[in-house]
Amino acid sequence: MSSRFALKDHFREGRLINDRLIFAALFAGILFLIVMVRLSILQVVEHEHFSALSNQNRVDIGPLPPQRGLIYDRNGVILAENIPTFSLELTPENVPDLANTLAELGHIFSMTDEEIEKIDNRIKRQRGFRQFVFRQRLTEQEVAVFSVNRHRFPGVDVVGRLIRHYPQGALFAHTIGYVGRINERDQKRIDAQDYKGTQQIGKTGVERYYEELLHGEVGYRQVETNVQGRIVRELQSVPSTAGKDLFLHLDINLQRVAAEALGDFNGAIVALDPKTGGVLAMVSKPDFDPNLFVTGISTKNYSVLRDSIDRPLFDRTLRGHYPPGSTLKPFVALAGLELGIVNEQTQSFCPGWFSLPGQDHRYRCWKSHGHGKVDLKKSISQSCDVYFYDLAHAMGIDRLHDFLDPFGFGHRTGVDVPSESSGLSPSSEWKRTRRNQAWYPGETVISGIGQGFNQTTPIQLAHATAVLAMRGVNVRPQVARASRSNGDSKLQLLTAEKTQTLAMDDSRHWEAVIDSMVEVVHGKRGTARHIGKNLPFKMAGKTGTAQVFGIKQDEKYDADTLAKKLHDHALFTAFAPADKPEIVIAIVVENGGGGSKTAAPIARKLIDQYFGITADE
Amino acid sequence: MNSGLHDRTNPQRWSLSKALTTIHLDAILLLGLFILLAVGLMILYSAGDQSTALMIRQLTRMSAAFVVMLAIANIHPDRMRDASYWLYGAGLILLLGVLAFGHEGKGAQRWLDLGFFRFQPSELMKLAVPLLVATYLAERPLSPTVFRLIIALLMIIVPSLLIAKQPDLGTSLLIASSGLIVIFLSGIAWRIIIGFITVCTAALPVLWYVMHDYQRQRVLTFLNPESDPLGAGYHIIQSKIAIGSGGLFGRGWLEGTQSQLAFLPERSTDFIFAVIAEEFGLLGVGMLLILYLLIAGRGIYIASQAQTSFARLLAGSISVTFLVYVFVNVGMVTGLLPVVGVPLPLVSYGGTSMVTLLAGFGILMSIHTHRRMMSP
Repeated sequence: MSSRFALKDHFREGRLINDRLIFAALFAGILFLIVMVRLSILQVVEHEHFSALSNQNRVDIGPLPPQRGLIYDRNGVILAENIPTFSLELTPENVPDLANTLAELGHIFSMTDEEIEKIDNRIKRQRGFRQFVFRQRLTEQEVAVFSVNRHRFPGVDVVGRLIRHYPQGALFAHTIGYVGRINERDQKRIDAQDYKGTQQIGKTGVERYYEELLHGEVGYRQVETNVQGRIVRELQSVPSTAGKDLFLHLDINLQRVAAEALGDFNGAIVALDPKTGGVLAMVSKPDFDPNLFVTGISTKNYSVLRDSIDRPLFDRTLRGHYPPGSTLKPFVALAGLELGIVNEQTQSFCPGWFSLPGQDHRYRCWKSHGHGKVDLKKSISQSCDVYFYDLAHAMGIDRLHDFLDPFGFGHRTGVDVPSESSGLSPSSEWKRTRRNQAWYPGETVISGIGQGFNQTTPIQLAHATAVLAMRGVNVRPQVARASRSNGDSKLQLLTAEKTQTLAMDDSRHWEAVIDSMVEVVHGKRGTARHIGKNLPFKMAGKTGTAQVFGIKQDEKYDADTLAKKLHDHALFTAFAPADKPEIVIAIVVENGGGGSKTAAPIARKLIDQYFGITADE
Repeated sequence: MNSGLHDRTNPQRWSLSKALTTIHLDAILLLGLFILLAVGLMILYSAGDQSTALMIRQLTRMSAAFVVMLAIANIHPDRMRDASYWLYGAGLILLLGVLAFGHEGKGAQRWLDLGFFRFQPSELMKLAVPLLVATYLAERPLSPTVFRLIIALLMIIVPSLLIAKQPDLGTSLLIASSGLIVIFLSGIAWRIIIGFITVCTAALPVLWYVMHDYQRQRVLTFLNPESDPLGAGYHIIQSKIAIGSGGLFGRGWLEGTQSQLAFLPERSTDFIFAVIAEEFGLLGVGMLLILYLLIAGRGIYIASQAQTSFARLLAGSISVTFLVYVFVNVGMVTGLLPVVGVPLPLVSYGGTSMVTLLAGFGILMSIHTHRRMMSP
């Protein structure tokens, strides 16, 4: 063995290997220098950059949605509140198999494939990390069933949320409106930043008009999250500011009486405080339960409401176009006095009909054998049509239109509820520009009794009557009275726009017309004399009966309802006390027959309620 | 009264270093390893979400690895040399066994289930390859002839390819380098080394053409991790964020948000270096790297003091390979090298590599403590 390895020179080999070891050590040293340089670059030179990235990694900013302001009536009765409910929400990003999860959830909550598909489509339209509300208002049982199956659904949670609730149900459905899920159209009108975390937005009525005020300001919460996005701890938070509470002029008791008094009739009632413009009651019938809309109305429920020929979703107080009928007469009379066409003593003879000179056509008075000699007071209290045919003819349509204009006929009142209609107060110019037709004198004649092209909305009628009642003081109608910041005890009044005053050349003309309206209720032969008993003050009123020649509501013609649909609309306008008015009322009872018979008693009920009169009948 | 003072001057005095030597342990190496393992445990506590169960498992492994180290240190280097062919042969058979019926872990076949414990034959090869190459080359005078060089290269390439096929590219490269280091230390001519490097560099573009698409993708991701932030680049991006946000002094132990909030993947295993960098900053990792250098330095010193060429080659290879491990891991975590899956030696969580590494240090200690006393 030794001879074979004798050639090995241990000393030389040892030196050879040691040289290489030194070289290897030096090389390793260089590698480590490179590593240290690299580390220095990362940890010193680029430290700021990576620190920022690190914070971005872990810090997540989440919105704290504000609590929506409550809505109260003038007595402090709550009309819109927020109630806690459980909803099932899913974060699409954290759901491993969305299609399967949806199918399973659909099975648990026994939903149809169609519903699930709709939800699927909605989820696909939104961002994956945003929570999606799968189902709201879970019942206790549903919560329990889901909790048992919780482990099968990663990314799906039961979340407690406040949702809007309208404890009065249908009573204020049109005026207060409702909130609903924010849709694409809503997103265009809101600041997306403000609505992070908010699920609902005012869709109609006061809820929509005062959306900004009710919504409040979103808060933020900085949280530290781990890699799954779960919150580890809160770093900092800016609390949200709750929306302001809203106090309305509406009086729930008056509203209730109005709704009940209308009974099964379709129609509208508006009661105003003429001094403040405050809307005391606003009823549109038929109505609906706004709570159905809050969490998304089912297709079935919605089609019932949408397809009903009575159109319950339609707000008749603001958008119903009705011919004012005889309720327009006091204004026409005032125009006659102001324009000097008639005075209080001027008399017309009513044989029961009126004809234009040189024409055979007879415009009939409602009283077929005539009123005989009629002066201004009698023309209003007994609602003589012939007097007003005569007066309107003498005045001409354009002078009438110009006179009615400042009372707001043909204009939106600007009430603080959205989607009001403007109605129509015709003029020859209107007919020329809009219809490209000449105005015929016969059209002036029927305009004098509020028929023909005239279209008013109940709010317009109430507002115009209020201007009359206040002897020219014009206040914009307003539903909301005041707001209150959260945690504040002081109310902030939401005052209506600057009051305008409409002056007459002779202020006695107001009194002449108003006296005639008092005569309607209190006169021996007044058309509404049956409601004038046992009143501690005088009230003024005017009955109206509007022929139905098709209200502009694209209704379907249905043989079964034909008879009822052909009945006249009953109207009544009133205010009380006549000398110092506190309440103005406009009533439209669709197909109610005569204003005297159907509409006037409703006004009396409202007056009784408002002034606390216990009528002994 | 002053017996203690006399003790100090007594040449026969008891010393810890000498006591350790009698059980064939090297005091300096042992101290370095203890410090490193202790630091490793501390980091693991932080990286492993403060799990005591994890700590206990790692401690158990350490203890087992220490027993292995102690046992190997007491084997005479000559016996290792004698066993080198057998070990290598057994390792090759086991590697083939893995390919045939190995266990799959994380998408790769590396494990062999021997009933009572699972075993990675590639770990055995980490020591068997340099052992065999050192044995083979030291049989004849150095430097080796071209023929012996080719045989030695074959000894390296065969197991490397088998391991690369598992696939475990990281381990394969480390084993190849441990063998190549032996060849380098054996004193082959510089022109051969330079020629080899030139050929390899020239082969790179060719390699690009024969690579699979996914392999090219990996290379591209390595060159620009931001191109795939949620896929392959995610590890390296998060790792760089962790390291960079650590700054000079670090965020403090258990305070690293990248690590504690689980943004950093594989943080208790391959990417544990990033945890250290995040929580202890540049100063912390600098000290850790110096500790590695000192341990490897002691190994290189042991190699230089060894009495046979075999022992020098083996000890040198083990020490330098240890540093290569560290460099590859740190290079990978800092984005200098592609992600190949190499743990940080003696710090990363995991059993087999710890046993292998300490077994390697056992060999170093054996070499150092079995020297025949020469006359001064």
